[in-house]
Amino acid sequence: MALLDRSITEEALETTWEDAPGVVGFLTSVDHKRIGVRYIYTAFIFFFLAGLQALVMRVQLAAPDQHVLGPQAYNELFTMHGASMIFLFNTPVLAGFGNYLLPLQLGTRDMAFPRLNAFSYWVFVLAGTFMYTGEFIGRAPDGGWFAYVPLTGKEFSPGLNLDFWGLGVLFVGISTTVGAINFIVTIFKMRAPGMSLNRMPVFCWSILVMGFMVLFAVPALTVATALLEADRIFGTAFYDPARGGDPLLYQHLFWFWGHPEVYILLVPALGMISSIVPTFARAALAGYTWVVTSLVGIGFVSFGLWVHHMFATGIPAQAMGFFSAASMTIAIPSGILIFAWIATLWRGTVRWSTALLFVMGFASIFVLGGITGVMVASLPFDLQAHDSYFVVAHFHYVLVGGVVFPIFGALYFWLPKMTGRLLSERLGTWSFWSMFVGFHTGFFPQHILGLLGMPRRIYTYDKGLGWDLLNLISTVGGFLFGVGVLLSLVNWWRSRSGTPAGNNPWYAEGLEWTTTSPPPHYNFAVVAPGAPAGDLEGALDRATPVTADLDAVPERAMEVPEETYVPFVAAVGLAVILVGLLVEKVLIGGLGIAVALAGIGVWTWRTSEDAS
Amino acid sequence: MNGLDPHGPDASHIAGLFWLMVAIGGAIYVVTMAILVVALFRRRPRLNDSASRNDRAFIIAGGVIVPTVVLAVIAFATVRVTNRVTAARDDPVHIDVVGYQCWWQVVYPGTTAVTANEIHIPVGRPVELGLESVDVIHSFWVPDLAGKVDLIPGRRNTLSLQADRAGTYRGQCAEFCGLQHTHMALLVIADPPDTFDDWLRAQAKPAGSSSPVFDQATCAGCHTIRGTHARGDIGPDLTHLASRSTLGSVTVPNTHENLARWITDAQSMKPGSNMPPVELSPADLDALVAYLESLD
Repeated sequence: MALLDRSITEEALETTWEDAPGVVGFLTSVDHKRIGVRYIYTAFIFFFLAGLQALVMRVQLAAPDQHVLGPQAYNELFTMHGASMIFLFNTPVLAGFGNYLLPLQLGTRDMAFPRLNAFSYWVFVLAGTFMYTGEFIGRAPDGGWFAYVPLTGKEFSPGLNLDFWGLGVLFVGISTTVGAINFIVTIFKMRAPGMSLNRMPVFCWSILVMGFMVLFAVPALTVATALLEADRIFGTAFYDPARGGDPLLYQHLFWFWGHPEVYILLVPALGMISSIVPTFARAALAGYTWVVTSLVGIGFVSFGLWVHHMFATGIPAQAMGFFSAASMTIAIPSGILIFAWIATLWRGTVRWSTALLFVMGFASIFVLGGITGVMVASLPFDLQAHDSYFVVAHFHYVLVGGVVFPIFGALYFWLPKMTGRLLSERLGTWSFWSMFVGFHTGFFPQHILGLLGMPRRIYTYDKGLGWDLLNLISTVGGFLFGVGVLLSLVNWWRSRSGTPAGNNPWYAEGLEWTTTSPPPHYNFAVVAPGAPAGDLEGALDRATPVTADLDAVPERAMEVPEETYVPFVAAVGLAVILVGLLVEKVLIGGLGIAVALAGIGVWTWRTSEDAS
Repeated sequence: MNGLDPHGPDASHIAGLFWLMVAIGGAIYVVTMAILVVALFRRRPRLNDSASRNDRAFIIAGGVIVPTVVLAVIAFATVRVTNRVTAARDDPVHIDVVGYQCWWQVVYPGTTAVTANEIHIPVGRPVELGLESVDVIHSFWVPDLAGKVDLIPGRRNTLSLQADRAGTYRGQCAEFCGLQHTHMALLVIADPPDTFDDWLRAQAKPAGSSSPVFDQATCAGCHTIRGTHARGDIGPDLTHLASRSTLGSVTVPNTHENLARWITDAQSMKPGSNMPPVELSPADLDALVAYLESLD
């Protein structure tokens, strides 16, 4: 009866739900909040590394004919910068927010599969470590974050460098996929009784859309990299034209994931914005149905765009017309979202905060990125812009403007919930303006550089091509942006002794603001206030309700698994398999399989016991 | 090198499309940001009951109707320009370009002329380039003249372009192709038709003489000099090297000093290129450079 019993003491709940202290608790926790925060911290470490890599590249490009870096070092840097930002920062940091916020916003006590959640974090952190191992032993991946064949085949890239990328990406895909499954099931089965789907917070909708997109997109990436590694390790010829393979197959597979991936990152950010805007407009979100429909629409349309990354490959123009048109139509749901937020602001009375500043920065940057997106979707213009700095500018406008700015807004908005301490608004404002001005200064000139013929991925350029001044400006902007990021990180650090946030510092709507900051391990003392008592009778302390159907009708109580080493062991086993594949040693691979099977075996055995 | 300062019909059509989209996109950006700023800072009247109906009209107008109209205009312009730049040309000059890590082989089908990195074309006549690669993917891009098309192993792509004015147009590989992607540039030299015909006749001729140093050193293993025993097919054809203005895929000007340094120490000029250091006595080096400079 604990789910319904208002008399049960919070101490008793705390005892049931708290983690073991110290390292044991660190390795065994299945608490979605701990895992979520850990995701965010870890992702920011990779963000920091990838940002440093970007700045080193900008130093090299600040003037023509510089020798800060040679070609090998430069190629490694842009490869790791892109791979880190996509695989190790943007994707996991959003997973972190999803993990942290989903159960709180849905009014439940944990994710549907808490152990799977821990497993997906461990796989992510081991995959990131694996990819960076290459960097630290002087074998950093150097084939670009997209790793086009045949350049990345064994013939042209004989070293282990590429394997750190290929196997690492395979590995991180496992983490993303199981995370997505967990999000989807949590949303469908764990909503608080009575939270019908059409009343679910927009952020949860965005995570649902993202989850389905991951399920359909990531298998393509898995196949692309698995075939690449099969070609590299076992000598197959999926991509070798001399033996009947086709290098374009790789590009199709890669972009069938790669284009939806942009929206996999963007959609949760749009969900965050849909929480922040109404709060600071002090008005309900305008057009909830339109907003949710647009998010779902973006999810669908994003799967019809991938060939626009391949306009220059010589595919017949008629076939490309379809992809050109589909790429443009994505502007419509994006436009609906922008105008829904504007309508919300129009109706409300705006109260400024750093979180809202970052969202307005998003709007000013992302709309421009969307417009250049329509431009590069236009086939003939793309033939000029493709693989030039115009595209570099375009996708940084979309990904930094569309994802990184909202993430910073979300940090200023939700970090007080996670830590119980407010961030400094003054420092936050400085950070915002530094990032905002730095961003435009850094990336706007790159549009022009691309039009002036500067291709991507070159480590230096000759004098006299008209690129010198714009590159210098771009470098200055990059550093200003970096300073802005540092100010926020300092702000984050200093907030440990900041003003206590209270339950709801922003007077925001949503269940996460009804509990304490930080929330207790069990999230809510009473999780099913509206449910008829009979449905959840006999529930244990460590339990949370499972609901069914669109209207979240209470079904039964689910026991939430205790903390366990099993996810960690299974993840380590997988990592050992990767090492075995990397060094091509059967023994190591076998050991990894044994460890992983042992972990997964204990896990499933215990699960079936739970179910009985 | 400037896609917005076109010197041929293909680049011109694309530049026109670009400016159309900049005008439309710029207008949309300014208007959207203006509405956003007003929404943020306007003085607020009391709410009334019709707010949610107004919201819907606003969202549909700004998010559906305006983008649909604008996209239709851009799509129409896109189709028109696509048809123009991909249309078959009358009586084009055929030239094959083959990508190597990291330089361009240039072949004039129907003649024996083979050169590298510098493509001569006649002014005012359409050119159809056949694009292939022997190793990895490269991309042919001369912004002044046309958009880019990839060179993909196992495939043959084509790109049509035309130069309306005589001149030298720089281009650069646009697909990351390895260590020396950066130094895989090329020049398109548009000559008046008579000059082009003379040039092509001269290029088709074999070399006037051979060089014992070239044949005995490792040079001949990789390079061809037509009319001699050097038949290598790994590096550029050097039959008329002295007629080219640059070395190493437009890495350095083709001067006496650069040529000597390129032979002995190409790695310091283009690190990672497939040109190995060649060890020669000073006398042999002088003889070799003198010989190569005679190949005009």
